[in-house]
Amino acid sequence: MKLSTKHLLGIKNLTKEDIQLILSTASDFKDVLQRPVKKVPSLRDVTIVNLFYENSTRTRMSFELAEKRLSADTLNFAASSSSAAKGETLLDTVNNILSMKVDMVVMRHSASGAPHFLAKHIPAAIVNAGDGINEHPTQALLDAFSMQEKFGTLQGLKVAIIGDIMHSRVALSNIYLLKKMGAEVVVAGPPTLIPKYITEALGVKVEYKVKNALEWCDVANVLRIQLERQNQPLFSSLREYSLAYGINKQLLDSISNKITIMHPGPINRGVELDSDVADGNQSIILQQVENGVAVRMAVLYLLSNN
Amino acid sequence: MKTILSHHQVTLTIKRLAHQVLENHMQLENTVFIGLQPRGVFMSDKIVHELQQLVHPSFIQYGKLDITFYRDDVRKQLHRANKTDIKFSIENKTVVLIDDVLWTGRTIRAALDALLDFGRPQKVELCVLIDRRFSREYPIQADYIGRSIDTFANQKVMVFLGQNSETESVQLLES
Repeated sequence: MKLSTKHLLGIKNLTKEDIQLILSTASDFKDVLQRPVKKVPSLRDVTIVNLFYENSTRTRMSFELAEKRLSADTLNFAASSSSAAKGETLLDTVNNILSMKVDMVVMRHSASGAPHFLAKHIPAAIVNAGDGINEHPTQALLDAFSMQEKFGTLQGLKVAIIGDIMHSRVALSNIYLLKKMGAEVVVAGPPTLIPKYITEALGVKVEYKVKNALEWCDVANVLRIQLERQNQPLFSSLREYSLAYGINKQLLDSISNKITIMHPGPINRGVELDSDVADGNQSIILQQVENGVAVRMAVLYLLSNN
Repeated sequence: MKTILSHHQVTLTIKRLAHQVLENHMQLENTVFIGLQPRGVFMSDKIVHELQQLVHPSFIQYGKLDITFYRDDVRKQLHRANKTDIKFSIENKTVVLIDDVLWTGRTIRAALDALLDFGRPQKVELCVLIDRRFSREYPIQADYIGRSIDTFANQKVMVFLGQNSETESVQLLES
């Protein structure tokens, strides 16, 4: 059993077996993380660079922790404080780093396809930690892991993805993954933030009323409005968005099912989620973060074997 | 294929090993048993079952240890992990590690590494059903041995232990 791919560029090119292998390996690593010594020597002689061309808190710390728990050596790179600010190209930067004998690259970039470009030009294994509005595969994997942990299986699970679908790499990766694993997906949000042909292209249903989506689903994965990626106004104001599409306690209590609330973070409290929902007992947001480390350990472990 | 231990011999040998362990640790109050995943567990299940006939089951602390992530060849080929299940502290205890075959010693080396992540045992002992002596790659030896055999590197020792007791045996395979 091994992964069918050398890099983790996205969920799109993974098989169902790949996903199952990653999730079951993640569960082994979650056991390791409950032990007195939360560290194993598996990646002892592997060096990994975390190449972050875009800001990140959770993903970057989660990857770094996962690498350390596997005993890998880590290097950190933030574009803002590097020679990239002096005009060095991406390929030059990476080739220079690789000439220092680095084995794997974890990369986040604001341009969609940046890790795919790198994968064509360098020998090291690449893990996509988010590329523009394309994919964020490890987030989708940890979301799936958290859902599987809570519900036992993804088969037949009803998942609503709510918010800025258009600009969200989390949404795209989640849709790919959930469809491959046999879950049902509805996307909900303002028409301007949902791609026009999403039903034809990805086989998901579209719902413009958040309440209807919540009534239907088992899990609501709520997304942040990605203002940094919106070049033109797509809704009138955050306040209005919150009134029409935000989830508050009152709305959550008004629906008949006790649904599970997820969010990839960072939360804009009071916009897409109210504090009493985000911190309430139906939310598994912090479990998602916890599971993130185990899932990323599994990805790094499996890729280092290929 | 040559039979090293028949079904009857396996039963007797496991009984003997259980008695030997008990001889050295009469009270068992500071002794714990840990079987190595995946195949050592069949052996440790049997030893522990035998011990349960001899002392009250509540005195026996028994866990399972998976060493996949500690192997020195972990990245040469992909190994699937099994469950580690140690529900007690091994701090200052005597740990009896149980595996089916001791060959190069590399598995036991990894097991010692893995074990130390759960605490600092007072002493670690090793109990194996088959010892392929003269083929060690690390300075490791067992304290309780079912049967010592001389083998070539290209030979394979197959241990069949499990539910169906009639087919239980240890075989030597030429290849």
